[in-house]
Amino acid sequence: MSLIGRSVKRLEDRPLLTGSGRFAADITVPGMLYMRIVRSPVAFGRLAGLRIAEALAHPGAVAVWTAEDVADIPPIGFRMTLVPGLEPYRQPILADGHVRFVGEPVAAVFAADPYTAEDIADLVAPEIEPLAPCLHPAAPPREYAPGRSTEATVIAKAYGDLDAAFAGAHAVVVLELTIGRHSGVPLETRGAIAVPEADSGILRLYGAAKVPHYNRQALAAMLGLPLDRIHLHEGHVGGGFGIRGELYPEDVLTCAAVMRLGRPVKWIEDRYEHLVAANQSRGSVHRVRAAVDEHGLIVGLDDEFWFDQGAYLRTHGVVVADLTCAMLPGPYVIPAYRSVGHVRLTNKTPCGTYRAPGRFEASFVRERLVDAIADRLGLDPIVVRRRNFIAKTAMPFRREFSALGTEIVYDTGDYAGLLGKFLNRVGWETLRADVARRRQAGEMIGLGLGFFVEKSGLGPFDDVRITLGGDGAIEVITGAASVGQGVETVMAQICADGLGTGLDHIRVIHGQTDRIARGMGAFASRVTVMTGAAVTIAAAKLRDRLLAEAGRLLQTAPDRLAVIGDRVVVCDAPSGPSLDLAAIARSAGGELTADATFTAEHMTYPYGVHLAQVRIERDSCAITVERFFVGYDVGRAVNPMLVEGQIAGGAAQGIGASLLEEFVHDASGQPQSVTLADYLMPTISEIPTIEVALFEDAPTPLNPLGVKGAGEAGIAAAGAAIAAAVDDALGRPGAVRQLPITPNRLHALLAELPAEQH
Amino acid sequence: MKPVSFRYFAPRTVDQALELLATHGGEGKILAGGQSLVPAMNFRLARPASLIDINRIDSLDYVREDGGELRIGALARHARFEGPVAGGALGAFLPRVARHIGHLPIRTRGTFCGSIAHADPASEWCLLAATLDAGFLVVSRRGRRNVRPNEYFVGALTTILEPDELLTEIRLPLLGEDWRTGFAEFSRRAGDFALAMCAAFLRFEDDRIVEARIGLGGATDRPSRIAAAEALLTGSEGAPDIFREAGNIAAETIDPLEDIHASAEYRRDLVRAMVARALDQASAR
Ligand SMILES: Cc1cc2nc3c(=O)[nH]c(=O)nc-3n(C[C@H](O)[C@H](O)[C@H](O)COP(=O)(O)OP(=O)(O)OC[C@H]3O[C@@H](n4cnc5c(N)ncnc54)[C@H](O)[C@@H]3O)c2cc1C
Repeated sequence: MSLIGRSVKRLEDRPLLTGSGRFAADITVPGMLYMRIVRSPVAFGRLAGLRIAEALAHPGAVAVWTAEDVADIPPIGFRMTLVPGLEPYRQPILADGHVRFVGEPVAAVFAADPYTAEDIADLVAPEIEPLAPCLHPAAPPREYAPGRSTEATVIAKAYGDLDAAFAGAHAVVVLELTIGRHSGVPLETRGAIAVPEADSGILRLYGAAKVPHYNRQALAAMLGLPLDRIHLHEGHVGGGFGIRGELYPEDVLTCAAVMRLGRPVKWIEDRYEHLVAANQSRGSVHRVRAAVDEHGLIVGLDDEFWFDQGAYLRTHGVVVADLTCAMLPGPYVIPAYRSVGHVRLTNKTPCGTYRAPGRFEASFVRERLVDAIADRLGLDPIVVRRRNFIAKTAMPFRREFSALGTEIVYDTGDYAGLLGKFLNRVGWETLRADVARRRQAGEMIGLGLGFFVEKSGLGPFDDVRITLGGDGAIEVITGAASVGQGVETVMAQICADGLGTGLDHIRVIHGQTDRIARGMGAFASRVTVMTGAAVTIAAAKLRDRLLAEAGRLLQTAPDRLAVIGDRVVVCDAPSGPSLDLAAIARSAGGELTADATFTAEHMTYPYGVHLAQVRIERDSCAITVERFFVGYDVGRAVNPMLVEGQIAGGAAQGIGASLLEEFVHDASGQPQSVTLADYLMPTISEIPTIEVALFEDAPTPLNPLGVKGAGEAGIAAAGAAIAAAVDDALGRPGAVRQLPITPNRLHALLAELPAEQH
Repeated sequence: MKPVSFRYFAPRTVDQALELLATHGGEGKILAGGQSLVPAMNFRLARPASLIDINRIDSLDYVREDGGELRIGALARHARFEGPVAGGALGAFLPRVARHIGHLPIRTRGTFCGSIAHADPASEWCLLAATLDAGFLVVSRRGRRNVRPNEYFVGALTTILEPDELLTEIRLPLLGEDWRTGFAEFSRRAGDFALAMCAAFLRFEDDRIVEARIGLGGATDRPSRIAAAEALLTGSEGAPDIFREAGNIAAETIDPLEDIHASAEYRRDLVRAMVARALDQASAR
């Protein structure tokens, strides 16, 4: 029986469940130094000087560095951006001249233990002349640096005749919507352990994640190291969500310290640091309008938004704004379109991508707008969606622009079909009747829905090598990374399926730059699509080699042979002669190997729907998500249990983003959400069972397995669905214009409602 | 997030602890459950030069009924109150409150008396102590005193405790079967500190309220009783309308805290809601 499509238990869980996982903080080597970062206490100011004499005089101080000490190291560059001219907005690894957000590194302290390092850091005194911070992305731009505006760039995507669409519209629906600043907040904070290897002269950086190969190159270039003198190693990773594993100043500093101090250096981020210094995301304000005909058909969509980028452009460049523009149209035809995104620098923590970048935001805006259209025209929101859906027969469907350097071509999809099946599966009519009955009895309760199109499987390539050793072990070496999502299990399933073996002897390697020359890593829901496809090809090749060698040994034509478990047998004589895989490898010279590269020019576009049922308590303004459903077409699920796990985790983050999580700043730019008691992540008590309906009706022709990505499906339209459900519970369409919908905001909203609706 | 270095003492008896406090109390701190102190030390907000760890003083580890009172020793952990510790209306009430304090790992370490000493405005035990007019037994080398809540609570995280003093015991009235109780709390997530909460105690005679105690926590800088609302209820039959009215009085009486989670106006309305809910609950029992 095929292993693809089976909910095999996760192979990677044994060490995690038995406490033998090795996370960054678990890595300790003799003679190690600890780094502590001194961070800016103010949001914006001129860094007039840094008094370090007292710190240096501390008996435990090995070194204290300021910007001067690292002046030869360039700022961190962009991993993903095609927009030119953004270099002046890069972050220096230690603040130079100005500090631009609370938490910005201004000095690095090195000592033999983390306690002493923190004692010494306390003695470093930055002299900062405070300046008025810029906190609102939509405020008029001002000077960032001499000759540089706080508007780093404007991203625009457009097609069709928008003016004509609005001129001839039956109605125009306008909304202003705000999305709060939040982030991934993995439970394992960041960490970097740089170790010099005496014999080889190689610098090894542990604690890497997500994109080790790219970071290796970037670090080598920044530090002037030959590429063969640095390797990155990924251990167990306690969550990534897009923010972990990007190259940050602290990674560069630990490596530079190894080169200069000649000792291993460890840095482990604490939670406060994580909540002020690791990438944040999402914060934006949208002004959007739709031109519609009398049936609710959107004939034109015009969006302008201001993205709160924070103090610098980091590795992602302006990807979030780019994706927001690109993904806003979603599942709808929309014949004329324009989206203009202003990337604005503010004096807050810099932003990067966070799970479903651009799609969480765009889905919120688009689906809010569709609900508003339905309300304006007195139509059922589901009917309006159906009328605007791109038809199954229109696939592949090309948008007249590109994102992430690839043209946007929706490969396959049956949006109306999915919505119909999903509503059947969840018992839509029963749900509605139930809600109506409870409302009649006085409860404030509502249902809301959001549809979304995802993107996944970003190329351009992935390499894989599979080796069958003389001991029977099968090693699958990938350039992928694992941030906990089940890469080992899924790759092993695909490999075993291609070879015909079981899972027992397969070992999947990821995130080790000394094992494979190139690798793209783990982001953009790409690993199962891209690495999985490369594994499929490599496994088929290896199987051919295996059968050819076995055929020679058994003097049988390879097409009469099959791999079953760890043996090769003759198909029509299963009880006849057979060969052990290990023996075949030994006879082939010790091992058998196959390499494969999979390349893709286009992404693949899965899609789905979120449905939330919420209850509001009028007196306390409490909002409870009672039920949360996700319908998703993943093309083909290699491991349905893991897909559902991805979706459940994403939905939890989506509920957090919609109701709880927000980085708040006071008027001086001081972050107010710097502990997990104020940055509120949802706990198991706030999350209902996520009810997932998986579909495989639209496999993609773009890869041999037909799979689409699943990493971001759970969060994409959560904000949209919950906002709609809250509206419905309030009995006031369009009431929610801002995420998260906190009790405090709901309180203010209820105060605006006419009394009889209370 | 590593504390500054400190000296550590682990006395075995109250006398040893008082001796240490007399010597080091000025720059030192008592370590009980550590659930408030240790996070503050890790943030370096608290930088005690010495820690006097009372966890090995077995004689402080008790909860017992005595002469119509419940006596709670300094080492009684929150989790203990999730199970039965006493009879009477108080005994039934304690478990309903205890589960609102943080999460289980916090409750298995944190102590009742530590909460009272810490005096967080949103502490459930502080609210209870203030509402039931608890006795606070405070000892030092200089002597012992028995303090009452209106004197004990000075402000947010501030009490009359002197650096050399140990809070050894809290005494709560057990409350006879003629008391009915209600407790309502609002926090953003399960286990978070309350944005507002109310504890209500009503004593009925012949279907009339003859004594009322209404305490508020989380909404102001320290727990407080709402005398005007208590007066309103006393003598009434306790109907929903008058409970709403008591909530309104409480809401209008207070000077609410403001933070990123709740504006003053929202807190005021939460108080209104929590008072009404707690009273509804009390009258239903
Ligand atoms: C995540 C989290 C959530 C929480 N949620 C809640 C909640 O919802 N409600 C709530 O009430 N609390 C909550 N707490 C706080 C918790 O209840 C603490 O346990 C309590 O506030 C302090 O008790 P402790 O025994 O841990 O004291 P410690 O932390 O050891 O000490 C606190 C302070 O009191 C002093 N002290 C302690 N004992 C004595 C004594 N016997 N005499 C004199 N001084 C003393 C110490 O010196 C210190 O200054 C939470 C804590 C955490 C970490």
